[in-house]
Amino acid sequence: MNSSTPDKAGVKLGMWLFLYTEIMLFGGLFVLYAAYYSKYTSVFIEAGKSLDITIGALNTMILLVSSFTVASAITAIQKKARRSAAALVGVSMVFGVLFLVNKYFEWGHKFEAGIYPGSPDLSDAEAGKSLFFGLYYLITGLHGIHIIIGLILLSISLYFITTKRIHETQFVVLENSGLYWHLVDLIWIFIFPLFYLIL
Amino acid sequence: MTDVPSYLKTPSSPNLKGIWVWLLTTDHKRIGVLYMISILFWFCIAVTLGLVIRTELMAEGETLMGSQTYNAVFTLHGVIMIFLFIIPGIPAIFGNFLLPIQIGSDDVFFPRLNLLSWYLYIFGGILAVVSLFSGGPPDTGWTFYVPFSVQTESGVTFTVLAAFILGMSSMLTGINFITTIHRLRMKTMGWMQMPLFTWSLYATAWVQLLATPILAITLLIIVAERIFGIGLFDPGRGGDPILYQHLFWMYSHPAVYIMVLPAMGVISEIMPVFSRKAIFGYKAIVYSTLAIAIAGSLVWAHHMFTSGMSDTAVFVFSLLTFVVAIPSAVKVFSWVSTMYKGSVLMTPPLFYALCFIYLFSVGGLTGLVLGAAGTNIHVHDTHFVVGHFHFVMFGGAGFAFFAALHFWWPKIFGRMYNFRKAYRAAILITIGFIVHYMPMLILGLQGMPRRYYNYLPQFEAGNFFAGIGGFIMVAGIMLMLVNLVQGLRKGEPAVGDPWGGTTLEWSVPSPPPLHNFLDTPRVKSYPYDFTDIMKQQAGSKKV
Repeated sequence: MNSSTPDKAGVKLGMWLFLYTEIMLFGGLFVLYAAYYSKYTSVFIEAGKSLDITIGALNTMILLVSSFTVASAITAIQKKARRSAAALVGVSMVFGVLFLVNKYFEWGHKFEAGIYPGSPDLSDAEAGKSLFFGLYYLITGLHGIHIIIGLILLSISLYFITTKRIHETQFVVLENSGLYWHLVDLIWIFIFPLFYLIL
Repeated sequence: MTDVPSYLKTPSSPNLKGIWVWLLTTDHKRIGVLYMISILFWFCIAVTLGLVIRTELMAEGETLMGSQTYNAVFTLHGVIMIFLFIIPGIPAIFGNFLLPIQIGSDDVFFPRLNLLSWYLYIFGGILAVVSLFSGGPPDTGWTFYVPFSVQTESGVTFTVLAAFILGMSSMLTGINFITTIHRLRMKTMGWMQMPLFTWSLYATAWVQLLATPILAITLLIIVAERIFGIGLFDPGRGGDPILYQHLFWMYSHPAVYIMVLPAMGVISEIMPVFSRKAIFGYKAIVYSTLAIAIAGSLVWAHHMFTSGMSDTAVFVFSLLTFVVAIPSAVKVFSWVSTMYKGSVLMTPPLFYALCFIYLFSVGGLTGLVLGAAGTNIHVHDTHFVVGHFHFVMFGGAGFAFFAALHFWWPKIFGRMYNFRKAYRAAILITIGFIVHYMPMLILGLQGMPRRYYNYLPQFEAGNFFAGIGGFIMVAGIMLMLVNLVQGLRKGEPAVGDPWGGTTLEWSVPSPPPLHNFLDTPRVKSYPYDFTDIMKQQAGSKKV
């Protein structure tokens, strides 16, 4: 993205198009989920109960609040409140890291219970169970990678804010990082019910 | 007019020196040329591999190589031709070079992203080479079907990653093009005043955005399966291998429109210029382009009629396949009608374009044989498919690529080439093409399967002829490329508008200056208005 381009609308259009491809990327996985859910509904429900709904809900809260802080940061920079903008981006990044820490423990528990891709427990389980956990690891894993990319984008924005390359008239980098962060949040809003709530 | 130095003599940033003038450029024209060099490099390699396949098949039994090598060679031929040549071919070279000029802009919207796309392309190519040396060359065919692609010992992981990276490169180019067309088009140019090549790139870019992420995730799943053994497509654990085919073709069928739509755009530019006549049915071509992009995204399962599907699904996908044929036929009709009562000027680009129309029509009609659910069963996975595919992809996209090379070569490099040699090459390629691929259609109808290393004795004559045709065709391609390169040194300098074109790229010097336009371009109310060109011609005849 060319930050010196004066045409902000164009830069944002490019970002929206990119976000669209991200939705299609996850869309492919959701198609697999839908197909296998309809084929192995009872197995999926059984397996889904073993996921910890508390951690899932906590992570949902974390992401929602972080989306709010990112949006506030964009408003803050427009109001020339550079310090609070930087602080808000920083807080969002802390939330992002917290999300990953939670995820780490969540995955860790599953690994201890012998549930991971290719584990002997899963290979011997009834048809469909390894599909559920395979999709669980693929989707949340890919989402985790996106959180990391989002954190990188936010840290670039933070750096630009402190070096004053992002300011009240030139903040499209922050805006696009924010858009990306919202998308990652939005995808989680679909992942959470699919794996934790409806089952 | 020509005292402004061309883009070839001006670095895009004044502090770039030596090789960095090219490697760090953000000028869309230089990036187009970078693409041209790298894409032609891969094209030559894939042509050689293709010729090796056909030479092996010329006689029964083992002649050149063993069966495992054969599997690797046809896989590499497919992967390189698809992901490194045809998909980026026209959009990345000619789209990059011409799209900004055709809409009156000085560059694409994201110039640095454009350069990044090229580096991703190169990186993808390198990964493809790496895959040859990590566990042996891939042997799955370019479709990477499960379960074989998950089980095989060969270096499929890297090949798949290469395709993933190349997909990203083409997707980013698509994002760049859409943004460019929306934001950098001259304010005076409305949507229905855009040149048809730009329109075709616009539709292509949307298909790239729509379809490529699906391929990306499918390929990532293959990598994950190979590393972690999840079993998503493993029937032993409840997975469904057919789902893989759905996901794969959900991208890969729209991908053939990524390949052929820009080709149609090229032909739509060439036909009116050399008929000296407005294109027949400008709007019909625009709408059919969009119709192909939309309907073409909904026909993927016609690759899977024998894989196992409900009869309803077969019926729907077969019907939709027929629907796609309509807008394609509209275009062919428009091109031919453009020539009717035009004052046709024969040149090498027009010659290639005419061959395109003929070969592409054969490809399209054989496509209907495959798209019809009944006949499909008979010819499924036979050489008929190979013949059809090459008629559309090579006779279609490939010939349009050659036409584009000859049409815009003077614009890109400012030099003409030898016409006589260009015609000879074109005739050799076309004759070779027909001798090469016609027998495949017949062999397929007789029941020879595709991708097989060996065949029954009754298929030997057909395969032998196909081989002969292959050699003629490759000789023609070599002559064509040599002629073009010779033109760079020996060719006469080209004027700004050597053909008498009306779109904006012909209003600037050849090669264009760094910022494309010397003064604000004047947009015609209709892009294919030849009144001025005809007046000039009539004037020069009187003198």
